[in-house]
Amino acid sequence: MVRSPLSTGKFLLIFISWWGIWGFLQTDLLIGFGLRAMTAFSDSLVSNTLVALSCGFLSNNMQYYLPKKERYWYILLISLALSGIILLACKAILVPLLGGLSDGAAYTQFFNRSWPVRFDIVFLQVGCMSILSVLWYSTEEEQENRQRRNDAERLAKEAELFKLRQQLAPHFLFNSLNSISALIGSRPEQARKMIQQLSDFLRGNLKKEDQQWVPLSEEIQYLELYLDIEKVRFGHRLSTVIICDEECLERKLPPMLLQPIVENAIKFGLYDTTDAVTIAIRARLDGKFVRIEVENPFDPETSRPKKGAGFGLTSIQRRLYLIFARPDLMETHVDNNLFTTIVRIPQ
Amino acid sequence: MSTNTANIKAIIIDDEPLARMIVQEYLATYPEINVLQECSDGFEGIKAIQQWRPDLIFLDIQMPKINGFEMLELVEEPPAVIFTTAFDEYAIKAFESHAVDYLLKPFNKERFDKSLRKWIDRRAGVAANPAAKAPAADTDNDPTGALLETAAQSPAQQQRIVVKTGGKIKIIPIEDIHYLEAADDYVKIHTHNGAFLKNRTMGYFEKALDGTQFVRTHRSYILNVQQVTRIDPYEKDSHLCILQSGAQVPVSKAGYVKLKSVLGL
Repeated sequence: MVRSPLSTGKFLLIFISWWGIWGFLQTDLLIGFGLRAMTAFSDSLVSNTLVALSCGFLSNNMQYYLPKKERYWYILLISLALSGIILLACKAILVPLLGGLSDGAAYTQFFNRSWPVRFDIVFLQVGCMSILSVLWYSTEEEQENRQRRNDAERLAKEAELFKLRQQLAPHFLFNSLNSISALIGSRPEQARKMIQQLSDFLRGNLKKEDQQWVPLSEEIQYLELYLDIEKVRFGHRLSTVIICDEECLERKLPPMLLQPIVENAIKFGLYDTTDAVTIAIRARLDGKFVRIEVENPFDPETSRPKKGAGFGLTSIQRRLYLIFARPDLMETHVDNNLFTTIVRIPQ
Repeated sequence: MSTNTANIKAIIIDDEPLARMIVQEYLATYPEINVLQECSDGFEGIKAIQQWRPDLIFLDIQMPKINGFEMLELVEEPPAVIFTTAFDEYAIKAFESHAVDYLLKPFNKERFDKSLRKWIDRRAGVAANPAAKAPAADTDNDPTGALLETAAQSPAQQQRIVVKTGGKIKIIPIEDIHYLEAADDYVKIHTHNGAFLKNRTMGYFEKALDGTQFVRTHRSYILNVQQVTRIDPYEKDSHLCILQSGAQVPVSKAGYVKLKSVLGL
């Protein structure tokens, strides 16, 4: 619900001062026409109070009923009618009140002569107030709508980002647990180490839920943890190369962005070939971007990475788009049996 | 067939060394079971099965190149299988719908023993009373066949078909298939790299392949609609489909109706 402008202290003060000034001006004007100060003041007080109350009433009511665009002429009609009523009320109060005084007859005559001018002024005042109110309410409503739309968009975006991040593969988790189970019998020390690594990895995964940005060094550390676990699982089949330029270590990027890319590289590297697999991760500064490449082997005979976002990378592209509003931050590259995913993070 | 339980030949097939290790470790209390080989992928697995003719295999599902189900498809007269898997919704669904015993990783010794005991007991029962054994050639009664049919509907396996050709294993991506043709007990898969035979029925492929891309146009033919260039009228009620490769595939009356609806004509 949009609040009436008069419900805020600042506007109420302006409103009251405004009528104060009008009252003063009218008193001064009436004295100029030869009325006694007391009579002029009473006239001004009564008529301006009536107009002010009517304007306040009008403005407040528009809170509940605002004419539609094509019905704006209602405002004109209402203003005209209200002005007429105000003047009749003025007459009903002022003429009996002031007519009995020493200059009563002159006042009554003056009042009747000033009818058209009074009507014009009152109509102008009431009309201005109603137009101002319409403007006020429509901008407020507009703003409220925009706010609501923004909120809805933000919520949808957050939900989507959450979903995209929530893709920790259960396959990875259960196989890791199985490896630990195997190590417990013969190599308990190594089993303990792997439990530690898996715990750190899971903790990192949970912690990152509410973080907006993380430094690259932290992400790399986290990836190493993940890759170390995978190395225990796959033994000598898996080796990794991580080359990261010193200057981009402290650059920030969205959390959990690289992990699904590396996960994807592992998946296609390890499950699409039977040979030893090297996963390479390279990061460097490229103008205003941090450029990160993840490279894995694949078998071009059986897998056809599509141009653009091949394999399971569409969710990464979607996430980058949601965060940076740019569709061009991820690309993929096929060179013989090497598949490379490149992401650029604006800084 | 020997009736004693001594000297059971077994093979472990799993791509993770530690997963094979734990099976070995649990098997240490079964001196009668002899692990002849450990294999780290399905290719090795097929070779080992052919070489050793094992009684029992421990088989992982998710493995490089071809998964456990695809490997089994390529084995003639497959041995008894105890499946091991960490997480694969489709595999588990397939196991459950065919009441096949499987081990969910990580599994403990008790669970492992229970599975193995059950298999050993059943084997002893069959050996003592051979009449109870279902004839192996009866495909309708073949639990492994039915299991593989269900497993073939998983998204991963819908992307490719694994065939054996001249002792080598070939993985055919679905989009490479031009059309399938019935050939006695086999189905002939025509691709731009030639034709391959697979020991399956047309009905199996009709179910397993994506219906928006593959249409059974004839009792003996299933074609890839993306390969169609032209449909010509043929004898009275039938048509002939011309593919990009120039091949001509017969279309029956009922097949023509199906083809038109898939092509949106």
